[in-house]
Amino acid sequence: MLSRTADSLYWVSRYVERAEYLARILDATTRLTNLPSTYGGAGTEWQSAVSTAGCEDEFAAAYGEANERNVCEFLTFHPDNPSSIRNCLAQARSNARAVRTALTSEMWDALNSAWLELQRFEKKRMDREEFARFLDWVKNVSLVFDGSAYRTMLRDDGYWFSRLGVYLERADNTARILDVKYHVLLPANEQVGGSLDYFQWTTVLREVSALTAYHWVYREAVKPILIADLLILNRRMPRSLASCYENISRFLDHLGDAYGRHGPSQRQARKTLTGLSNTKIDAVFERGLHEFIEEFITENNRLGNTIFEQYLQ
Amino acid sequence: MRIRIAHAISYDYAEPARHITQVLRLTPRDHDGQHVMSWRIEPSIDGRLRASRDAHGNIVHSFYADGPISSLAIRIEGVIETIDLAGVVRGGLEQVPCEVYRRDTLLTGRDDALCRFAADAAAGAGTPLSQMHALMAAVGEHMTCVEASGRSGIGATAAFAAGEAIAQDIAHVFMAGARHLGMPARYVSGYVAAAGGLPHGDGAHAWAEVHLDDYGWIGFDCANGLCPIDTHVRVAVGLDYADAAPVRGSRQGGEGETLNVLVRAVAAEGRFANQ
Amino acid sequence: MVAFDEMTGSGAELRSAYSALDRWLKDTPAETLALRRSQAELFFRRIGITFAVYGDAESTERLIPFDIIPRVLTKPEWIKLEAGLRQRVTALNMFLADVYGPKECLKAGIIPPDLVYRNACYQLEMVDFKVPHGIYCHIAGIDVVRVDADTFYVLEDNARTPSGVSYMMENREVMLRLFPELFATHRIAPVDNYPDQLLATLRSVAPRSAPSDPTICLLTPGQYNSAFYEHSFLADKLGVELVEGSDLLVKDDVVYMRTTQGPKRVDVIYRRIDDDFLDPLVFRGDSVLGVPGIVGAYKAGNVTLANAIGTGVSDDKAVYSYMPEIVKFFTGEEPILKNVPTWRCREPEANAYVLDNLENLVVKEVNGSGGYGMLVGPHANKAQIESFRHKLKAQPDGFIAQPTLALSTCPTFVASGVAPRHVDLRPYVLSGANGISCVPGGLTRVALKEGSLVVNSSQGGGTKDTWVLDA
Repeated sequence: MLSRTADSLYWVSRYVERAEYLARILDATTRLTNLPSTYGGAGTEWQSAVSTAGCEDEFAAAYGEANERNVCEFLTFHPDNPSSIRNCLAQARSNARAVRTALTSEMWDALNSAWLELQRFEKKRMDREEFARFLDWVKNVSLVFDGSAYRTMLRDDGYWFSRLGVYLERADNTARILDVKYHVLLPANEQVGGSLDYFQWTTVLREVSALTAYHWVYREAVKPILIADLLILNRRMPRSLASCYENISRFLDHLGDAYGRHGPSQRQARKTLTGLSNTKIDAVFERGLHEFIEEFITENNRLGNTIFEQYLQ
Repeated sequence: MRIRIAHAISYDYAEPARHITQVLRLTPRDHDGQHVMSWRIEPSIDGRLRASRDAHGNIVHSFYADGPISSLAIRIEGVIETIDLAGVVRGGLEQVPCEVYRRDTLLTGRDDALCRFAADAAAGAGTPLSQMHALMAAVGEHMTCVEASGRSGIGATAAFAAGEAIAQDIAHVFMAGARHLGMPARYVSGYVAAAGGLPHGDGAHAWAEVHLDDYGWIGFDCANGLCPIDTHVRVAVGLDYADAAPVRGSRQGGEGETLNVLVRAVAAEGRFANQ
Repeated sequence: MVAFDEMTGSGAELRSAYSALDRWLKDTPAETLALRRSQAELFFRRIGITFAVYGDAESTERLIPFDIIPRVLTKPEWIKLEAGLRQRVTALNMFLADVYGPKECLKAGIIPPDLVYRNACYQLEMVDFKVPHGIYCHIAGIDVVRVDADTFYVLEDNARTPSGVSYMMENREVMLRLFPELFATHRIAPVDNYPDQLLATLRSVAPRSAPSDPTICLLTPGQYNSAFYEHSFLADKLGVELVEGSDLLVKDDVVYMRTTQGPKRVDVIYRRIDDDFLDPLVFRGDSVLGVPGIVGAYKAGNVTLANAIGTGVSDDKAVYSYMPEIVKFFTGEEPILKNVPTWRCREPEANAYVLDNLENLVVKEVNGSGGYGMLVGPHANKAQIESFRHKLKAQPDGFIAQPTLALSTCPTFVASGVAPRHVDLRPYVLSGANGISCVPGGLTRVALKEGSLVVNSSQGGGTKDTWVLDA
């Protein structure tokens, strides 16, 4: 297939995944800040949401101090934020439009309808209730798009590139949450105890929609080290780094088999996956959670570049 | 006059280029006024160099090279023998009906001011030849010729309005005027030897040619205020600069290009004379 | 001026082709028509069949209005029309081969040489170049208008990159969905074999050195082009890659596509990019849409471009006025399709007449397209007429003039109900190594404004499904 087509399929998925992720961050942050202040954190939740979304510089240039109103505005519809939900969906549709024929009509329909609907939301004045509906809608768009891809696409290179986009983006997102929130998961904070941290921790889980999953997996009260285990190493958890890499490696292998040639992408993904498989969470904490996450984000970006060089340029 | 030409075009890329394609119109042909004694084009890197002929009869070299390429130099060297025919071009390869050269192009479009200017300049003159001489004089007077040194052309209309321009746009202004008066006019890129002591030239230069029924093609160099003499070496002709440009290229990658051009065209007396 | 009506002729009769349709229109309440129209619009919007309007920043994507009442041609009408189209396109191709080759028609004085030589669309690169299989214009769209029961005029030849064929196909598709009962009561010639014919045409003109299963692609300027939907629609129906300039690369005069498995050689390019933007090394150097080196590959005989470079010299409006003579010269036959009577303003007597009668004439810029640079005398105000008078005096050879034709009208569903509106027709004619083909019908364009004669989609025109009855 055309390299540009593969590239667009990959980015369509990445943008949709990112839009959903932004909606989750906003949802979880809203919940956290709605708690009475005795349960809340240090009052920096909105700034933290901006950091988690990875657009601190752009935000600082547009506003300054973060509050509910300006962060919500910035992460949803702000024109100067290239990674706003609006721009993610616009980019997804624009990429899709350029490769229309590589998408199934269901996938195109999901994106095109979302785009039309988005313009209606953009024109509305949103109160809290409407805003919540909007965030739910964004999550739903991602589910519909993902589902339509899963159900209707031919299982060939087009599908694999589109899946690679999903999982690289997802791995990046999960790692970013950990990067921003790592300090609330560190043992030092555990000793502080009390409800304050509890709600910070559950917010992390909510951001990756894993609160229920946590209880099923560990059958224990929420503990930072187990949260880290769930998000990093647990392959049963679909947003964990390990699960993402299991998928990335699988789809790269499909590509390598179909094209009759395995290259640097396959080797690199397998190496990261092996690393995640052979690590225990205690060891991660011993080595330093923060360093581990930073290293992972760098590696994940590097894999993106390698895939680009091997297939997409 | 025997003229020795050394022309070096070099590119450096901050980020190496993956692939480079260049189309070079850098090789003169023989005609009654000039004879090519020797001529060489040498790229500094390996690639494929293919010669062909374009619509106007110019000799074109296409050069393709694969990267990574961080710098590329193209060296042109040669010796030409010229004689002064007062600008008349005969005995050359003419492939295109001269009517074609009455076309307007992007670079030779004209506005009302330029049309009036051309009509006024030619008004007193009798024969088409003297009209063209009058137009050359008027363009030479109206336009100040400035050194190219990195500037690129802006086309006849804008150059005319500005009143000062590089040699290629002065040629465009003259061509626009001549075409307005119904004359086929074409662009010439070439070299001028320093020997003649002309105010503009000393290296790469550009002028125009007009087709007159009684004479055929005659050159008009408005920047120097004369019809080309034996200091002038014709290399390529076209509808305008873009059509006859010495180099047109494209590349993949190779961001951050810096270009350096060195041209020397000198009368080759003494030890070159018998080479 | 009373126009011929496709359904009622001069107004009193009911033409036989429309009898069943007339009954249906009488039996169907206006609310049902309105409902179907909104369903049609929804269908078009969902599949994303939109077009971009140049110079309209506000809404960059718009739907071309679709009218649900079809335009009907009988089989005998179509047979005659098709014969005329084949003859016309044959002549266009022979004319192109001649002006880029022996130039017999110029020597014979059929057309003034300067109209060819001074035409910017006469591409010098093509002179004495032998195009693969001798075909220049593989895909032509010939705009015809009807003025009475028997007379069709050619209004314009489109020999460069004619568009609209996707509307022809999608209009039929939506009609089949919304009005199955009409298709049960009429025998309508299908149009959905167009992509097969196009593919066969493109395959037939592959370079002789190409493999028996040549690789074909469709080159688009990209998604911001007004016809992008059509490009992606056609690529999909043809089963070929839709490429942008940056997807292609030329190495040693061979064209390749960049794929996930490395470069893949391309043999035939159905290009929807204008000549000027095709190759920055040969044409406009500032073009980022094109492919550097593609002209070199073409001239080396390693790839076929459809249409060939330089076909624009044959559909220029000034050349148009000589088409009857051109048809006769090259085919040796009388032209089956007439030209609209045309005054060439380059001729002083003609220009004098035009200047005296501006308020009754349509004046067209020789190099304009899409209804831009055009004066419709009877609908113009004083200032517009004066501005054209000035232009005509300053540059007479830039214009032609034609009488305001009474384009035929066709019943159309508008705000006030069903009313006659002016229509034209663009049939698509394919020329390959194995001959000419033409699907029955084409794209009917309709001027939705009452009395308007401008059918161009960029100026508020709409489209209709076009039926050729098979019995």
